[in-house]
Amino acid sequence: METVLEIKDLIISFDGFRAVNGVTTSVQKGEVRFFIGPNGAGKTTLLDAICGRVHPQHGSIIFNGDKNIMHYPEHKLVNIGIGRKFQVPSVFTSLSVYENMEVSVVKKRGIAASLFSEITEAQQEKINKVLTLVDLNNCAGKKAADLSHGQKQWLEIAMLLVQDLQLILLDEPVAGMGRRETTKTGELLRKIAQHCTVIVVEHDMEFVREFASKVTVMHEGHILDEGSVEQVQKNPKVIDVYLGRGGENCA
Amino acid sequence: MNTYFLQVFNGISVSSIFMLAALGLAVTFGLMKIINMAHGEFIMIGAYAAYIIQNIFSRYLPASIFDLYFFVAIPASFFLAGIFGWVLEKLIIRHLYGRALDSILATWGVSLVLQQLARSIFGAPNVDVKSPSWLNGALLVLPGLQLPYKRLFIMLLVIACMTAIYFLMYRSNYGRKIRAVMQNRAMAASLGINTRKIDACTFAFGSGLAGIAGCALTLLGSIGPTLGTNYIVDTFMVVVLGGVGSLWGTIAGGFLIGTGNTTLEFLTNATLGKVLVFTLVILFLQWRPKGLFTINSRSLDE
Amino acid sequence: MSVKTFLKTPSNKVFFVIVLLLLAAPLFLSVFRINLLGKFISYAILAMGIDLIWGYTGILSLGHGVFFGLGAYAMGMYLKLEAAHGKLPDFMAWSGLEKLPAIWAPFSNPLSLIFIVLIPAFLAAVIGYLTFKNRIRGVYFSILSQALSLIFVVLFIGQQAYTGGTNGLTSFRTMFGLPLAADNTKYLVYYAAVFLLFIVYLYCRFLIGHRFGKILIAIRDGENRVRFSGYDPAVYKIFVYISSAVIAGIAGAVFVPQVGIISPAEMGIVPSIEMVIWVAIGGRGTLIGAVIGAILVNGLKSGISESFPEVWSYFLGLTFIAVVIFMPEGLVGIVKKYAGRIAIRREKKDKTAEKAPSVN
Repeated sequence: METVLEIKDLIISFDGFRAVNGVTTSVQKGEVRFFIGPNGAGKTTLLDAICGRVHPQHGSIIFNGDKNIMHYPEHKLVNIGIGRKFQVPSVFTSLSVYENMEVSVVKKRGIAASLFSEITEAQQEKINKVLTLVDLNNCAGKKAADLSHGQKQWLEIAMLLVQDLQLILLDEPVAGMGRRETTKTGELLRKIAQHCTVIVVEHDMEFVREFASKVTVMHEGHILDEGSVEQVQKNPKVIDVYLGRGGENCA
Repeated sequence: MNTYFLQVFNGISVSSIFMLAALGLAVTFGLMKIINMAHGEFIMIGAYAAYIIQNIFSRYLPASIFDLYFFVAIPASFFLAGIFGWVLEKLIIRHLYGRALDSILATWGVSLVLQQLARSIFGAPNVDVKSPSWLNGALLVLPGLQLPYKRLFIMLLVIACMTAIYFLMYRSNYGRKIRAVMQNRAMAASLGINTRKIDACTFAFGSGLAGIAGCALTLLGSIGPTLGTNYIVDTFMVVVLGGVGSLWGTIAGGFLIGTGNTTLEFLTNATLGKVLVFTLVILFLQWRPKGLFTINSRSLDE
Repeated sequence: MSVKTFLKTPSNKVFFVIVLLLLAAPLFLSVFRINLLGKFISYAILAMGIDLIWGYTGILSLGHGVFFGLGAYAMGMYLKLEAAHGKLPDFMAWSGLEKLPAIWAPFSNPLSLIFIVLIPAFLAAVIGYLTFKNRIRGVYFSILSQALSLIFVVLFIGQQAYTGGTNGLTSFRTMFGLPLAADNTKYLVYYAAVFLLFIVYLYCRFLIGHRFGKILIAIRDGENRVRFSGYDPAVYKIFVYISSAVIAGIAGAVFVPQVGIISPAEMGIVPSIEMVIWVAIGGRGTLIGAVIGAILVNGLKSGISESFPEVWSYFLGLTFIAVVIFMPEGLVGIVKKYAGRIAIRREKKDKTAEKAPSVN
């Protein structure tokens, strides 16, 4: 199998506190990889590092075999195929749903292109297709501010989908969602996974169990265990970390 | 060399006033994410409070105790500016939470109104506040180097205020609550802290500090309705340099701007000195965009 | 773009009507009033520049007086040299200068009027690069931009021999050989102002009408999301900052021949904030709001402050507080709200009458 992401000996510290402390793992193409662990385990920081938001003190993150992520500024990562959804839905609230997609779909993102080139028909079609996929095709003209919480999350995912990414990072995509919305997001996740690799940080264990192809359990900045859901659930250390904090339901 | 030393000494005493005013600004920004453009007008209010107290003493009380008026003026400035601050918070600021840029604009409207108010009450020309006689004269340190008592007094006053602030913020129950709200508003509220009350009190307190700064300024020159605007930009620069919302940063920023200003003005001239300080602050922010003392946060932005 | 498509949007329609009114104004206003109106037009141009950066992009600049002033001084320097007829301008002689300083030398050539645009653009590029590249933003940027305007006022007052100090540049006589005091020249200058208002409006429309404008709004809504969508927000912000500075410079240049003076007082902290007020009252994020706000507020100002200067400060201060707190969308926002309600009511009526689905 082809390796999409290779993380080696990663250390990230803030003012002396090591949020990520020597993480080594690799993500294969087509995987739906979940990072789980109690609060403060370093999951979000790890995502931050993969998308260039924080700079590690030590170690390396290699994308697609030869691209060292640390050599790219944040806004260039989309070009090599990495996209990120944030925990708090961050869509452009004053723009309409369609305009949100329009801003995302284009490949040329310089000032001249934004002023002089229009959206192509192929791009329009793509937008409509993705909007249909996330069930927002009826709200294309609606202001993003008027969407429900769940719809905003889906819009943000849709904005990633039109970008032809190879690796999508999702930070707690179902946080704050009801059961029905969660299921729908899960189905969406399955569809996304057909085209690209996905890394998810999530607390909802039911969600993890259902959709993860592989799970990495983190605790206090390092990796506790890695494998299938069943496998890691049997690991006494994992049980200890979770049960010690009041069981997985509270995680 | 002596002239330079005196310049720096004067610079530090003026910047200590900035520190006092800037501390109020820093606390309110840290707590409520509000930039109060009318903060300069609280300096002005404090100065006029001193003026009023002086007039009361000279008119209604025996001349023998006139020199003591300043000890009444300091708390009077604090309370008058504090009351104005409290009212402002209740009427206007509370509508502006989470809208930092808008708060700049609305509070500027407030400063416009307050300035005009001062003009209507006291008239547009500057007025003089007579310093108490025991502050005239200077301390002879070296032959040819005299430190004016007024400036020494200002520094002592600021140090006393800083100490009081320190104890209030780090040693009292109220200070613990303020810091709790600063760090996590929602959490503090759910622990039973009345955040609205903390906000109002802190805003009033910060305004009161500006009032004391204004009272101190009366020792250095005449005062007028636009007194605040002359100091507000420097005060803001202190806050930016130090790191918005950080107390230690504000103190360090005030010290740097004050000594930097005087040093550069001494080496070049008044105009060029100001330009250089501004350039240096911008260059400094290249290196530390969030000021000297930053509070790390994990929230994305917005 | 054809005239027809241009007039399709309601705000363009309103703007068109305003331009027509301005063009017709000399028919029923005295020369004095026309002169005043010309000054307001220069402010309206300026307001559009501020709206680009503040209303659309969400960057509050409290130092636009500087760019306005720089454009105005560039124009003033040219007029001053024209008035001096090859001699040393009066204030330089008073300050003891004997030779024309090097920075003044190019301004004897009409081509130097290009500096009206170049100087603000250059300054904005430098400041924008140093701040936006380092992600200095929000209140930090506002405070720095305010300091910028303080610095420039201090600088211009301090360098009296080169800038005319507190008095600024004044007593211009002619412009391109035409006497400025003559009525005909005044009309000419006025029409030039209306023309530039129109051009600047078209330019801003062009910017915000394309995807570029949506990206500006996106930066306002969530700069980091824009960054993770693959755009470099700093580049966009610098570009908008430069655009808006250039527009301010043009406004300054329009201002000078109408008013006959430019002094540091025009570029200070107070006028810089007042400029933002016009936009806020008219309606931020809409070009037409900026234009209406600038003309309306200044019209009121000269009306009220001529007779009751005290009332004006209270009025402006209180209005501003009220607008920011209770109607952040400004006058245009209010009109839109009512127009929206009427439209909805009408739509409902149409629907019940025809039962035809409306397509957006």
